[in-house]
Amino acid sequence: MPGRSRRRRALSSEAVLQVRNLRVYYGTPGAPVRAVDGVTLDIGESEVVGLVGESGCGKSTLGRGILGLLPLGARADGEVLYGGRNLVMLPPKELRRLAGPDLGLVFQEPMTRLNPLLRISDHFRETLKQHEANLSDAEVKRRSLETLGRMGIPPTRFNQYPHEFSGGMRQRIMIALALVLRPKLLVADEPTTSLDVIVEGQILALLADLKRNFGTALLLITHNLGIVAEACDRMAVMYAGKIVEEGPVREVFAEPAHPYTRELLRSTISLETTELHSIPGSPPNLIDPPPGCRFHPRCPDAMRVCSLLEPIEQRLGEGRRVQCWLHGPQARIPADGELPLEREAIGVADEA
Amino acid sequence: MRPEVAEPAAGPQTDEEPLVSIRNLETYYSIRGNFADRLVGREAGVVRAVDGVSLDIRRGEVLGLVGESGSGKTTLGRTLLGLVRATGGSVEFEGREITGLRERRFRDLRRRMQVVFQDPHASLNPAMTIAQAVGHPLQIHGLVHDHAELRARVAEILETVGLAPAEAYLDKYPGDLSGGQKQRAVIARALILSPVLLVADEPVSMLDMSVRAKILELMLALKQDFELTYLYITHDLATARFFCDRIAIMYLGRIVEIGPAEAIYADPKHPYTQALLKAIPEPDPAKAVARDLPRGEVPDAASPPLGCPFHPRCPRAFEPCGWESRDLHDLLEMRWAGLAGDPRVEQEQRIVGDLAALDRPSSEVRFSPPRGRQPQEVVSLLERVRAEDPEEPFWRGVERLEAAGTHLALVFHEPREPRLEPVGDSEVACHLYDESAASG
Amino acid sequence: MTYVPPARAPRTPHGRARLIALGRATKPIREASGVARAMFWSGVAITVFFILLALLAPVISPYNFNQYKADGHRFAQLAPPSAAHVFGTTVQSVDVLSRVIYGTQTELEVVAIALAMSLTVGVPLGLISGYFGGILDRFLVLIMDAIFAFPYLLIAIVIAFVLATSSIGGGILTAAFAITAAYVPLYFRVVRNHVISVREEPYVDAARALGARPRTVIRKYVFFNVVQNVPPIATLNAADAILLLASLGFLGYGIQPSQGAEWGYDVSRAVSDAASGIWWTGLFPGLAIVLLVTGLTLVGEGLNETMNPVLRRRRFGRFEFEPVAGPVEEAEGAE
Repeated sequence: MPGRSRRRRALSSEAVLQVRNLRVYYGTPGAPVRAVDGVTLDIGESEVVGLVGESGCGKSTLGRGILGLLPLGARADGEVLYGGRNLVMLPPKELRRLAGPDLGLVFQEPMTRLNPLLRISDHFRETLKQHEANLSDAEVKRRSLETLGRMGIPPTRFNQYPHEFSGGMRQRIMIALALVLRPKLLVADEPTTSLDVIVEGQILALLADLKRNFGTALLLITHNLGIVAEACDRMAVMYAGKIVEEGPVREVFAEPAHPYTRELLRSTISLETTELHSIPGSPPNLIDPPPGCRFHPRCPDAMRVCSLLEPIEQRLGEGRRVQCWLHGPQARIPADGELPLEREAIGVADEA
Repeated sequence: MRPEVAEPAAGPQTDEEPLVSIRNLETYYSIRGNFADRLVGREAGVVRAVDGVSLDIRRGEVLGLVGESGSGKTTLGRTLLGLVRATGGSVEFEGREITGLRERRFRDLRRRMQVVFQDPHASLNPAMTIAQAVGHPLQIHGLVHDHAELRARVAEILETVGLAPAEAYLDKYPGDLSGGQKQRAVIARALILSPVLLVADEPVSMLDMSVRAKILELMLALKQDFELTYLYITHDLATARFFCDRIAIMYLGRIVEIGPAEAIYADPKHPYTQALLKAIPEPDPAKAVARDLPRGEVPDAASPPLGCPFHPRCPRAFEPCGWESRDLHDLLEMRWAGLAGDPRVEQEQRIVGDLAALDRPSSEVRFSPPRGRQPQEVVSLLERVRAEDPEEPFWRGVERLEAAGTHLALVFHEPREPRLEPVGDSEVACHLYDESAASG
Repeated sequence: MTYVPPARAPRTPHGRARLIALGRATKPIREASGVARAMFWSGVAITVFFILLALLAPVISPYNFNQYKADGHRFAQLAPPSAAHVFGTTVQSVDVLSRVIYGTQTELEVVAIALAMSLTVGVPLGLISGYFGGILDRFLVLIMDAIFAFPYLLIAIVIAFVLATSSIGGGILTAAFAITAAYVPLYFRVVRNHVISVREEPYVDAARALGARPRTVIRKYVFFNVVQNVPPIATLNAADAILLLASLGFLGYGIQPSQGAEWGYDVSRAVSDAASGIWWTGLFPGLAIVLLVTGLTLVGEGLNETMNPVLRRRRFGRFEFEPVAGPVEEAEGAE
């Protein structure tokens, strides 16, 4: 609805991508799985945004939903605004034309997009010719080698096959393939999860420098809070299909507004950890999520209102939002709603 | 029911006698060659998954085995458990040599050493209920009389690992359980025989953050209650710090550093250890992504670098570290990757020609430039490259570079393999700490 | 750590546990939908129909399979379908309908025996070969691949010929052996390949680490996870075997006419009739072959579609997005 979102649009005029109330549901024989249930997110030019959450929170679905790469049986609703057009409504053919030169995707397992029967040079030629058909062969080769070089892949290996490269190098090739078309936005879904930690560091350095070297915005989807802390400017925390908190990385880490963010930070085991901490229970069933706030069964600070009404999004400052009754709005909480919620203790039977 | 295996004499723990004693262990895998080889069954090439490892595991400690892929840590664990045959060296468990043991003999030992694998979703037989799976060890070793006793003992151990009430889990299938619950069941299965040694291979890597702590806490509690000794295999130095007493860092089949956990973290000595620690993403926004990590990746284990296997990536490598022809190959490739788009790349490629001659590992290179090119041109090129970046460790390894007739002669310093030497509280295998290898 | 175990942990009775396990195994079939479901159940219907035909042959069939007279009267020769002989008669005055019905018995008997033998030989060999590997495996693979390289029919003919001229003579067993020989390599190969991939699974490793003996590991950990592949293949195999038996019969290497009716043999006899415009002697046995093979194939393909996790298409429900309740609000909180 143009009227409703115009206010939002004005606030983030340089946004490359604007997601508004995106919902992605998967069909099942019964009720649908509400994998992404009303997500609003902006990604600015050359920004590095981290989307963090545990398994099953819907972050991968969100990443793919943005690019229209949904599996069979899944459908999207809402707005994904890019260049003034709503990608959700675009016919697949139009979307395919955009994918590549405008929106790139990097997967977790680097062999997914690399055809084992094609040489690297063939991969690049195919990609470039598909989107910029009037490039000469020499130009194709020049651009490919340059992008590969930036990723640390030597030109002498341009004609090799994917299996001749190690895992880390394949991931670099994937990133190079996505970047050779100079997209405005790159979505990287767990790009380093399957890699060793030193290689992970190398790839992260590459990704963090994207804005400097390529002017590309990056949506980095991960479950690893360390990666978000080091490489991202802004972060969004996802739980059970919704974004529960968003803001600049420094602020969110220093003062997490949502109890889930806080508990997640406490559970993260790092070199500085002195005490082990975990969150009881497990992420909810997305077919029939709990009423009210979806985190309330596991939240140490849950109030009565949390089990009754869905929290209303609050702005906490420049670029900071949270969905939690602890931050109000006061006026909407019914009487007695602020009393602590009484629940049964969560046992191992409900453990993740 | 068969007679119980004779228990070692009970009594006060003697700290001197390690539970496990590994000396120069070698586990090599052969790689099948081409079709003709395969037909005849001949192997071509060898992967030295574990390449001369010596260490002790003391009773009651948690020893961490940390390394990336290709380090050999998993193979070491599997060799210890007898799942893989050692090709050389010795492993003593409770004073008894186990490397050459026949499978039948080993089976009795299995009661005393158990394993927890990485993937909770694949460690349980999908066709067996939890009761059957966790109780199976008792049946294998003939320790129960009947079904009722089996169930009772399974119920007991399930409650111990936190799967309570046990009745709710006994008849479920693995597919009905969550990741954390499955891993608890796997631990239960490992402990039902009351082993003394538990090998845990990445037990929490595939679990969500919010559950990891619970499983680690469980393992710590069980260590007290069952008087266990752990070999904790992982790539995650963060959990290792929390969990382990001593830590051994492995690279390409060898131990490069081993010492008490505090020493490793407070004062890492080997450049690889330092790099590992630097690379861990810390949930601290004040810390930026590390930009000075070692380049490259873990090399192919089938043909490891000469000398110290870490030298091609090491920022502090020097003369004795094992410089060789392949390092020159890498140097040129990296240079051309960095200059991508620059016309110099093509010029230099024409001068040097095909780099394949540099792929045979050797510390003396006789390199013939392509037809029409003089070896002096290559020498000049290399000197130019050196002048552009004289701090590159590669050049420290070059002893002599000259044109000799029709080819180029490039001689590196003699490669020497580092050995574990005591440095402070730890042992480190690195020439930087080896006085006899000091540059001269 | 003191824990007092319950006096008697309540347990599911053994039989019920088995039923539950069976229920889980067949869940995909019950949940199938669309094409797969239609295929499976129509195939089952056809197959069950033929099985009943075979079982009730003596009751249903008007005459015996080589009966050419009744009450002293010889039947008409090559009589077209009529009230007395619904499918007509052959050149030897035998009722075609009876031959078709008794033929069902022969076909199903032979194929059942052949399949049973193939499974009994092929599956264990595949298990052992796949699990242990080594020289035994290489040797068996060589032999099985060699047999596999020959066309089924050729092998079957050779075996049938050799056995027919030996002491066993022609007959059901010979035909069954011939078919067995052709199919053993198939089961061997399928089972072996699956075992090799299952062998690398962590839970098999875990079983070894527990100290289980190889035969225990194979029996409890490998077998059940591998055997799921077999039913779809066995049913498709049965369809193929029917054709193979009919082909043997057509060529004269199958069942001897005195021992039983066989469709393929009938069809071969009917070839000369066709030239004279006599269609009923060939059509009905031929139709029976086609129908039974189709039925079995439908069952096999239906099983494959439902149980093979790669092919299985989940049913996606249709759903609608409910309108979002009211506009998303800006809060009155700190701005």
